[in-house]
Amino acid sequence: MLEAPVVIAVSLCYLGLLFAVAWWGDKRADQGKSIIANPTIYALSMAVYCTTWTFYGSVGRAAVSGIGFLPVYLGPTLVMALGWFLLLKMIRIVKANRITSIADFISSRYGKSHLLGGLVTIIAVVGIIPYIALQLKAVSSSVSLLLSYPDIVMPDRSATMSVAADMSFYIALILAAFTIVFGTRHLDATERHEGMVAAIALESGVKLVAFLAVGGFVTYGLYDGFGDIFEHITTNPELRHLATAIPSGAGYTGWFSLIVLSGMAVLFLPRQFQVAVVENVNEAHLKRAAWLFPLYLLLINIFVLPIALGGLLHFAGQGVDADTFVLTLPMSQRQEGLALLVFIGGLSAATGMVIVETIALSTMVCNDLVMPLLLRHKRMAIEEAKDLSGVLLSIRRGAIVLILLLGYLYFRLAGEAYALVAIGLISFSAVAQFAPAMIGGMYWRGGTRGGALAGLAAGFMVWAYTLLLPSFAKSGWLPDEFLTQGLFGIELLRPQQLFGLGGFDEISHCLFWSFLANIGAYVGVSLLRPPMVAEATQATVFVDALKNNGPVGAALWRGRAKVSDLQELVGRFLGPTRAQTLFVAYARRRGHADGVMLEADAQLVQFAESLLAGAIGSASARVMVASVAKEEPLSIEEVMHILDEASQLRTYSRELERKSRELTAATLELQEANERLQELDRVKDDIMSSVTHELRTPLTSIRAFSELLRDDPRMHLADRERFLGLIVSEAERLTRLINQTLDLAKIESGRADWNGCELDLKEVIEQSIAATSQLFREKGADVELDLPDNPPLILADRDRLIQVMLNLLSNAVKFLAPGSGRVRVALQRLADGLEVSVADNGPGIRAEDQQLIFEKFRQVGDTMTAKPAGTGLGLPISRRIVEHFGGKLWVESVPGEGATFRFTLPFAPVRETAVAVAEGA
Amino acid sequence: MSKKILIADDEQNIVISIEFLLRREGFAVLVAGDGEEALAKVRAERPDLVLLDVMMPRMNGFDVCQALRADPDLSGTRILMLTAKGRDTEVSKGLGLGADGYMTKPFSTKELLAEVRKLLGM
Repeated sequence: MLEAPVVIAVSLCYLGLLFAVAWWGDKRADQGKSIIANPTIYALSMAVYCTTWTFYGSVGRAAVSGIGFLPVYLGPTLVMALGWFLLLKMIRIVKANRITSIADFISSRYGKSHLLGGLVTIIAVVGIIPYIALQLKAVSSSVSLLLSYPDIVMPDRSATMSVAADMSFYIALILAAFTIVFGTRHLDATERHEGMVAAIALESGVKLVAFLAVGGFVTYGLYDGFGDIFEHITTNPELRHLATAIPSGAGYTGWFSLIVLSGMAVLFLPRQFQVAVVENVNEAHLKRAAWLFPLYLLLINIFVLPIALGGLLHFAGQGVDADTFVLTLPMSQRQEGLALLVFIGGLSAATGMVIVETIALSTMVCNDLVMPLLLRHKRMAIEEAKDLSGVLLSIRRGAIVLILLLGYLYFRLAGEAYALVAIGLISFSAVAQFAPAMIGGMYWRGGTRGGALAGLAAGFMVWAYTLLLPSFAKSGWLPDEFLTQGLFGIELLRPQQLFGLGGFDEISHCLFWSFLANIGAYVGVSLLRPPMVAEATQATVFVDALKNNGPVGAALWRGRAKVSDLQELVGRFLGPTRAQTLFVAYARRRGHADGVMLEADAQLVQFAESLLAGAIGSASARVMVASVAKEEPLSIEEVMHILDEASQLRTYSRELERKSRELTAATLELQEANERLQELDRVKDDIMSSVTHELRTPLTSIRAFSELLRDDPRMHLADRERFLGLIVSEAERLTRLINQTLDLAKIESGRADWNGCELDLKEVIEQSIAATSQLFREKGADVELDLPDNPPLILADRDRLIQVMLNLLSNAVKFLAPGSGRVRVALQRLADGLEVSVADNGPGIRAEDQQLIFEKFRQVGDTMTAKPAGTGLGLPISRRIVEHFGGKLWVESVPGEGATFRFTLPFAPVRETAVAVAEGA
Repeated sequence: MSKKILIADDEQNIVISIEFLLRREGFAVLVAGDGEEALAKVRAERPDLVLLDVMMPRMNGFDVCQALRADPDLSGTRILMLTAKGRDTEVSKGLGLGADGYMTKPFSTKELLAEVRKLLGM
């Protein structure tokens, strides 16, 4: 069943199916019911990364180097897992600026430069052509293999074969037709191709199924699973080298280069940029793609080694190319159906790549290469034409055909020189040159047009010299002397040992030198001068893409334009009807119900430019809009001012957020402060209430006695004298209370007067004892003294310390039992100060009261007898005085055994003059 | 038979002055220096009227008042609260606990006598 008509019919049917899917997808998109608005389809469309290079080539590489095929998939996996934010930023930028291709992206970033867009396009086309050739080669090989069935004959490509008889020529034409139908159906401002994406996703599914089928067949049909196949590695000496993971030495460099290259390829290959960025429907899809796409890569690689080993074992010594094992293994087992499925899988891999790549390239060629040239040289003719949309489509279609034909040409001329993998890597190295300008452009404001041009040109030239030309030489197009002798016979210029750098594989060698030149020139030239207006504007748009700003571009335009002019201009490229529809819809969105805008403001100009950008690229769009809109040039100062305003707005909003946070914090603090105040208020109330209570109590007695005396003039003399005495003592108590209350209030508020001086504590104690001796005598109490002579001086207020001592002594006396009381006063030297203790043999103080007595108006005592005289303020005042001079006052007591009040005072700080005088003496 | 009055206050001088005043008017006077003593004396001596200070050690006047009112045997005992804290809340608290009258210190001896007589129904 593998005769030519069957194979051709099946292929055409398959292409017909793709056609139907794409047609359906486009139709649904026109109805607004997108079928690709689905993260799985998005991830599958990214799998266009896997071309025939993967489908056939991985096995070929595995047959030579074991797991050496892996780095090309590790790179993308790492980028998706760790670098997805790069993709996200690219998607945001592309959507905000209606960018249509990677050339457009770079040209737009560096001030909408035609030159830059053209250079990127040329690099992309030159770099990708071999890659497209590779697909044609793979398809044509698979066809000829299949047609020689049941024999397995390696395709023999003789140069004498005529183009007309060459199947791959027709394949190229069919692919061109298919691409034209789906890639250039109409011009769209967004340049998205929903039908094509749907078809690509389907193709990714088909190639995966086909590869898994043949993998399963080899692993479990020909052999008994993975274990069985890997057995053979160890038993077969010829295969043993495949078991070593990575070849030592240069192998690691090679792995590293491949991982870097493929990681960049998955971002910057025109087709990857197309499906992952331009065709992205919803940036949330990126989330699933970040793991689904790597999973796809894993699945399609699982059976690579088993197939490679199976092929090597099965075809040992038969000269079968390992690149064909995927197809030849089923054929050798007479599995016709499976072989056909594999063929379709390979066809999927090839067509998917070719279609997307040529669409992307043709957009770039049209927008960034042909249009600028047309605009420059045929300006007049273009301005006369009413509707240029047809011209644009024709340019794209022509570009598609041209690219595929170039691919075919390369395949015819150079196809046999290299294995599939080598060709693919040449392309990867070419697109990797975009990396500095792309990544730098998204994160570094300082990059300039000149820098990007220099970097790209330098990188491209090094790439061409170290990789492309040698590949030509190896294909026999060029004399290969320059490879071995160096250019002009100068050894240092040998393309693959440039400046004597040896020991690298050719890819690592190229990557090293091209990146050195590229990054060096990009950064170096960029630093030569500050960015100009257009560059600074675009730098802000790109670098700040994730900051959710509105388009800055609109704010940076000032001038006059007529709505009709703009609409006519857009109509020339998109078709008048389409332009009319778009303008009316825009006016409605802006709040003009009748769909008519009278004045063209900056936003409308921006809108028109972005519409055009979708069709002819941002650089050309800018030129076209400038031709109808009279722009008043902005000076760099004005632009910086506007940009500053934008960044100031951001600063303001950050400021606002900060303020609001501070407000919240302040509110909290206020609440706390309020609670503290209320608490203080309660305390103050309590104190006031205590004070009034303490004042009212003596007043009560005074008033009562006074009234008794007044009302009874004949009162006994004894009573009279007794009452008058009580009145006097209560009045004294009142005075004391008022004095102490004021005193305490002064100390607490910090307004008390302190007269600090150096004093002898012993003297203070003796003075106090003398002052209270009368009290002791009255109670019949003894006073014992234990005072050392000449204690060190301390710094304090003499009167205040006497106040403390009097308080402690009179307290002690107060509670002594009459007749048997004893008070012992001691002065003791501590390490850093002095301690005074006043010990009595009174009733003592209960443990729970030992803190209370230091609170205001809290008196405790043996209340069976009477309330102790005093104000309840003496101890609190004493404690504050001691603390003021850096000491402590506390009580130790065992109830029933008396109480000991102690306080400490630190030594006076040594005064230098005093020391100096002492030393002098 | 003269009415019996208990003075419960921890301020000795106040007790002296009131005691002198009441004795001169012909009342039989008892004295207590704290709350617990006051409660015990009321139970033992059954005075007709208690002059009850609020701020007393051991048991304050409010608690004494509450304890007295909780005892049905003592329902005939009149209670006149004396306090140096003149705030309205104190007054209403005392009356709420069952005191029959309330006087704020310092008071006039005439008013005190008038209040005493009124409470004793004289």
